[in-house]
Amino acid sequence: MRKNQVAVVGAAETTELGVIPNMSQLQLHADAALNAIADAGLKLSDIDGFATAVETPQQVCHYLGIKPTWVDGTSVGGCSFMLHVRHAAAAIEAGLCKTVLITHAESGKSMIGKAPRSIPADSLQGQFEAPYGVYGPPSMFPIPVLRFMKTYGITHEQLASVAVVQREWAAKNPRAMMKDPITVADVLNSRMIAYPFRLLQCCLVTDGGGALILTSADRARDFPRKPVYIMGTGESVETPMVSQMETFNSSRAFKTAGPLAFKEAGIAHGDVDHLMIYDAFAHLPLFGLGDLGFMPHEETGSFIADGNTRPGGKLPLNTNGGGLSYMHSGMYGMYALQESVRQMRGIAPAQVPNAKISVCHGVGGMFAASGTIVFTNER
Amino acid sequence: MAEPQRARPKPTPETQHFWDGTKAGELRLQRCDACAHVYFPPRPFCPSCASRKVSVFKASGKGFLYSYVINHRPAAPGFTPPYAIAVVELAEGPRMMSNIIDCPQTPEALELDMKLEVAFEALDDKITLPVFRPAKG
Ligand SMILES: [Zn+2]
Repeated sequence: MRKNQVAVVGAAETTELGVIPNMSQLQLHADAALNAIADAGLKLSDIDGFATAVETPQQVCHYLGIKPTWVDGTSVGGCSFMLHVRHAAAAIEAGLCKTVLITHAESGKSMIGKAPRSIPADSLQGQFEAPYGVYGPPSMFPIPVLRFMKTYGITHEQLASVAVVQREWAAKNPRAMMKDPITVADVLNSRMIAYPFRLLQCCLVTDGGGALILTSADRARDFPRKPVYIMGTGESVETPMVSQMETFNSSRAFKTAGPLAFKEAGIAHGDVDHLMIYDAFAHLPLFGLGDLGFMPHEETGSFIADGNTRPGGKLPLNTNGGGLSYMHSGMYGMYALQESVRQMRGIAPAQVPNAKISVCHGVGGMFAASGTIVFTNER
Repeated sequence: MAEPQRARPKPTPETQHFWDGTKAGELRLQRCDACAHVYFPPRPFCPSCASRKVSVFKASGKGFLYSYVINHRPAAPGFTPPYAIAVVELAEGPRMMSNIIDCPQTPEALELDMKLEVAFEALDDKITLPVFRPAKG
């Protein structure tokens, strides 16, 4: 795909984030969509392309009154929205549609209008993982951590520092759920969830949503907001079974999606001013830094523990506070994208001065899928 | 009221041989007749070379502890926390999720790379699960 041909011209989250007991999941989609449409200065009738995950495109389009000529219902977990951005950019470039709306919403905490996730007993996961006591992401996502730590000499303190640094970012963000400072000792003394991970190394569970609007870069000049260009994109999937990953020392999906996006953007790691790595759990930024090629995996733990990703550090990472401290409705990818867009517009609560290139890397399932988007505010 | 039960696998035509094997006290894997690739979970073709000529064989049941978590909360139905959810690398190459029995469920006792051997735990008259214990000797 050619770089900088498509831009984000509308971006917004739901009016409220956190605990939203007065709205169904479907209405959260609509709330985010209406906010994004207002942000872009558009009408609903201007939308001719639509993408969403978990809910079907027909469900959300009908509810909003949108009549699309292009839809994408790719649903591969929390990074689905990175894939939607990639697919939408290709569709706009191919002339299949002009203005794409991407929505995410999840009543992850209040569970209103949300079907419970279940694993069929005759699926491969139901036969070969569920009988061993996996029960939700906290019991599955951290399964590779001990092997990763042993292979690369990563310490418990370094993995705790991920949560500490992200709380520093969250403290600067009025919309973050958790803002009080924490220490490595606080993390290592918090309630055990699934050894080696404790409560403060696991994501929040909240309600919320977000939406993006994309159009061609040429049309983007006429919109009220500063366009944020899609510079590079990548995607992949590996396996729905964490036990069947090729290795626990890296993620194949990360190693495919990330470099694809960097290559398409034509950038080197030193060009990256701002970075988002989907952090459902504290090990994901370490996998991401290594798999995206920022540094050898061995150095990822000390890189974060030494403060390189904190406010004022040389590689600002997860500047909204991340899934650990900002919010996590279950599929966090949309919120990572929103923060990249804010940083590129120059309006983030913890704005990185003069940031011109933002990399936004997502995971779906337990390393099952991945999507990477490189944004820039210069064409 | 019945106690909440541990999740029960429901075999499919492609996996029936595996569950027949565990019931008979065998851990069965598949090997490609064309390229010799050994793989898991079961399927009637080779995921490496796409050949449909594959054979079922009895695995050694030996392996080592590749990684694990010790789950504290929330606990799955039928489990008393804390309990380890492990991934075992089999001597033949494939990895599988399992539980580690006859071993304290602690970081001190559960050492990565420790040698393991298969054991079988009958859930009912249809399903027997393969689990692993520290290897003797
Ligand atoms: Zn083969």
